[in-house]
Amino acid sequence: MPSYLFWLFATLMLIGACAVIAFRNPVSSALAMVTSFVGLAALFIGLSAFFVGVIQILVYSGAIMVLFLFIIMLLDLKDEKKRSESYVPLIGGLVLVGVFFIQLIGVLSNNEDKAGSVLTKATLAAAAGDFKDGTKINVALSGGNLPDVHLIGHTLFTQYNLPLQILGVLLLVATVGVVVLSKRQTN
Amino acid sequence: MPSLNDYLLVSGLLFSIGLAGVVLRRNIIIVFMCLELMLSAANLSLVAFSRFNVAENGLPSYDGQMLVFFVIAVAAAEVAVGLAIIVALYRARQTIHTDELVTLKG
Repeated sequence: MPSYLFWLFATLMLIGACAVIAFRNPVSSALAMVTSFVGLAALFIGLSAFFVGVIQILVYSGAIMVLFLFIIMLLDLKDEKKRSESYVPLIGGLVLVGVFFIQLIGVLSNNEDKAGSVLTKATLAAAAGDFKDGTKINVALSGGNLPDVHLIGHTLFTQYNLPLQILGVLLLVATVGVVVLSKRQTN
Repeated sequence: MPSLNDYLLVSGLLFSIGLAGVVLRRNIIIVFMCLELMLSAANLSLVAFSRFNVAENGLPSYDGQMLVFFVIAVAAAEVAVGLAIIVALYRARQTIHTDELVTLKG
């Protein structure tokens, strides 16, 4: 990804994130959040993580933010009123964030930087030998393309099979939990 | 080409903004959205590490992206449960402002 595109999408993402905490109206905040997530998905795609970029859009901007908007409209929230001024939490919060940010700069300036590398057709074709002849991954790699989704599926169902099953159980538990929580209590 | 530190810096900034939102805002739904922002910031670092840590065969190392996949799935479950709790809270107390939820305050 060229540098100017990186900074463009990074700025879009950060402005969206700032807008989330700056807006008084929760619906505006939710829409700012969608902007932020679209910028983030673009960064993922720039890192050649196409699958993660697409599920970022589908799951976060699609499903999760629609759920947020649904709840905001269900509860019929009004704009947040101007609070009676108390500066202690505000200053405390900003100091906390400032300290975190200074720490981050300190770590990054001591950290050895790693330059980006391009996935050339030659490196991709060389990696094709690790996969069985005639499989989709092998064919795509030999042609100089990165079969991102196939590689993720391959890793997921070979090395990460047990965590995947556990994740399925977790989602089931969450679904049951939500049904129990939202059932109206009857005496 | 942006370097690894550029990605980590942007990710750290996003995390700071999310943290600021959690500390500063009083609307519990916005606090919840800021939690999602912080999770996404972690995802960005993970994908950057995955892309910059090239495996032996020259492909990106996919372990980081697996973790991102699991984080996104857990975040989806978390949002579903969290929003159900917020709705239950609103039914019980008719407010979602953290200033007015002081029952546990000593």
